[in-house]
Amino acid sequence: MDFAIFLVQLLNGLQYGLLLFLIASGLTLVFGVMGILNLAHGSMYMVGAYLAWYFTLHTDSFLLGALLSAVIALALGIVIEKTLICRLYKRNHLDQVLLTIGMIFVFNALQSLLWGNDSLGVDVPELLSGSIQLTELVAYPVYRLFVAVLCLVLAAGLYLLINRTRLGMLIRAGESNREMVECLGIDINRLYTIVFGAGVMLAALAGVISAPIASIVPGMGEHVLITCFVVVVIGGMGSIKGAFVAALMVGIVDTFASVLFPAVSSMVVYILMAVILLIKPQGLFSN
Amino acid sequence: MVVQLNNKNPGKTMNHYKPLVTAAAVLLASVLSSAAAVAKEDPIRVGIMLPFSGVYAALGDAGRNGLKLALEQNADKLHGRTIEYIEMDTEARPDRAPEIATALMSQKDADFIVGPVHSGVAMGMLKVLRNKKPIMIIPNAGANVATGPWCAPNVFRTSFSAWQPSYPMGQVALDKGYKKVVTMSWNYSFGKESLDAFEESFSKGGGKVLKKILVPFPKTEFQSYITEIAALKPDAVFVFFAGGGAVKFVKDYNAMGLSGKIPLLGSGFLTEGTLAAQGNAAEGIVTGLHYADELDIPANHRFRAAYAAEFGKDADLYGVQGFDTGLLIAQAVDKLNGNISDRDALIQVMEDAVIPSPRGEFHFSKAHNPIQTIYLRTVENGVNKVTGIAAEALEDPARGCRSN
Repeated sequence: MDFAIFLVQLLNGLQYGLLLFLIASGLTLVFGVMGILNLAHGSMYMVGAYLAWYFTLHTDSFLLGALLSAVIALALGIVIEKTLICRLYKRNHLDQVLLTIGMIFVFNALQSLLWGNDSLGVDVPELLSGSIQLTELVAYPVYRLFVAVLCLVLAAGLYLLINRTRLGMLIRAGESNREMVECLGIDINRLYTIVFGAGVMLAALAGVISAPIASIVPGMGEHVLITCFVVVVIGGMGSIKGAFVAALMVGIVDTFASVLFPAVSSMVVYILMAVILLIKPQGLFSN
Repeated sequence: MVVQLNNKNPGKTMNHYKPLVTAAAVLLASVLSSAAAVAKEDPIRVGIMLPFSGVYAALGDAGRNGLKLALEQNADKLHGRTIEYIEMDTEARPDRAPEIATALMSQKDADFIVGPVHSGVAMGMLKVLRNKKPIMIIPNAGANVATGPWCAPNVFRTSFSAWQPSYPMGQVALDKGYKKVVTMSWNYSFGKESLDAFEESFSKGGGKVLKKILVPFPKTEFQSYITEIAALKPDAVFVFFAGGGAVKFVKDYNAMGLSGKIPLLGSGFLTEGTLAAQGNAAEGIVTGLHYADELDIPANHRFRAAYAAEFGKDADLYGVQGFDTGLLIAQAVDKLNGNISDRDALIQVMEDAVIPSPRGEFHFSKAHNPIQTIYLRTVENGVNKVTGIAAEALEDPARGCRSN
């Protein structure tokens, strides 16, 4: 592997990792604050991608489609929290697993009914459709660079939101001691609604911005969910910072493993997870 | 209970139950004879094992549509018999296949079991159904093994073997002057069989496969592999991907700036049912397959018009394969004047069948796989244009098939 190719691969890994972070961030946020393990998180990613396809097709604008999708996803998240998830807070994790697995089936069936089962695609927006020539042969698509930058911006935004705002303070307080937060006169239910809505929106947003570079197919959510869990577990359940570091690790390790050790590449991220859990059983940055 | 009684006191039991046994035998005999009398009026039970949810749901839908269309069009050839469909969703999950196949065979007493799409599911079905009573007809899954080492008198395939669309492409690559090629697919049997078939003819003609890249299934993060292809600088790339993976691979390959510089060849599935989603990125890709939507023969025009009228959408390859499965069933029932109770006779007429398929007429090899033409197709303006014939009347070598 010459140096130029090495750099391109590094870029591939970083870009993949950043996208993984965006998908995983909502999952870990919801778990950290609410203690809810949302197995239907991958379905939200799928919903985002399908909405982006649907609205882009009907508005002829990816940006408009993306905005509409994000708003609908937020609303969907709020409705799901208000009607279903809110019944789970006093129940055990098994009930949560049952409900959220059930939601996977419901969303898969809805996808099939509403949008059919064909492989769909969204064109990369005109403005970002070019590519930058890196080596004599390899060009890097501008859209992928844009996705990487957008994920970085969203990561920074999440960091600022959680560490610098009143809402973030409440989220952190809710993570460490929810009774105390309630005693201080904060409406914890409202906080939960906001956090769950945001979690769903983050997953859907990841689906939206992946739409032009992914294939939009039934079952796309389940594939992403597994990798997402690896990221969240390595990073420490509930830690946004952990998810960020873990996502980049997984992205880079997976990229290089698939080239250097193709025979075992499908195992490598799980081996990474096992090793990290041996050393730090709670993950890298557990609360 | 009965066994226990017999062991303890056989004499007494026999005597005690004799009148009952006789009555039962008489009753059974009368039921059987009346069953024989109505056999021709009984519906023919067709079990359908296709994926109606999950990644391959679109393929399952199309296969079912095609099957029903053919049997509907040929209803007059069934000699008064009706068709009872028993539909089971495989979800393309190999682990569920044996259970569903067993249920269709034992509980539903299916005469024919049509399925599946996914080769892994096919293995599960074959384990249960080989050499059993129901006739299994595979309308898609191409794993070589089904008409190779695991071939069986009651197993037919109306689609293709993995070997068929890929083998001729090695010669196609040589004819285009490519000497060094990288091959790539998912790391599962169908993918590997496709790459091996390509390599078989390509190496025989003096070509060299620089590297065989096998991606863990169902991973679709292809960036690192495509970067590696660029580093290897081959004359061309031969790939097998299907469905969502095919869409993603073709778009990524184009976005990394390789299309136009390193030509892309493939097993036809790379551009089958995926062109709308692939858009411009697919232009110029050369593939081999036993069908093309644009195939200009009367049987294809008739089929496509009927399919569109019935289902309100364009037919595809999977619809064709389902359709041909229906044609095969109808033809066999017709030849036997509606009485399919003699299994050996049924298998015989199926082996002799000539199917007037939308893909062109075909008949079956000894291993029960179609002997068929593989068309050479190039993507032009968003359609697979037929540019020639890659191999005429191509018969799968059926390596390892002994029982037929």
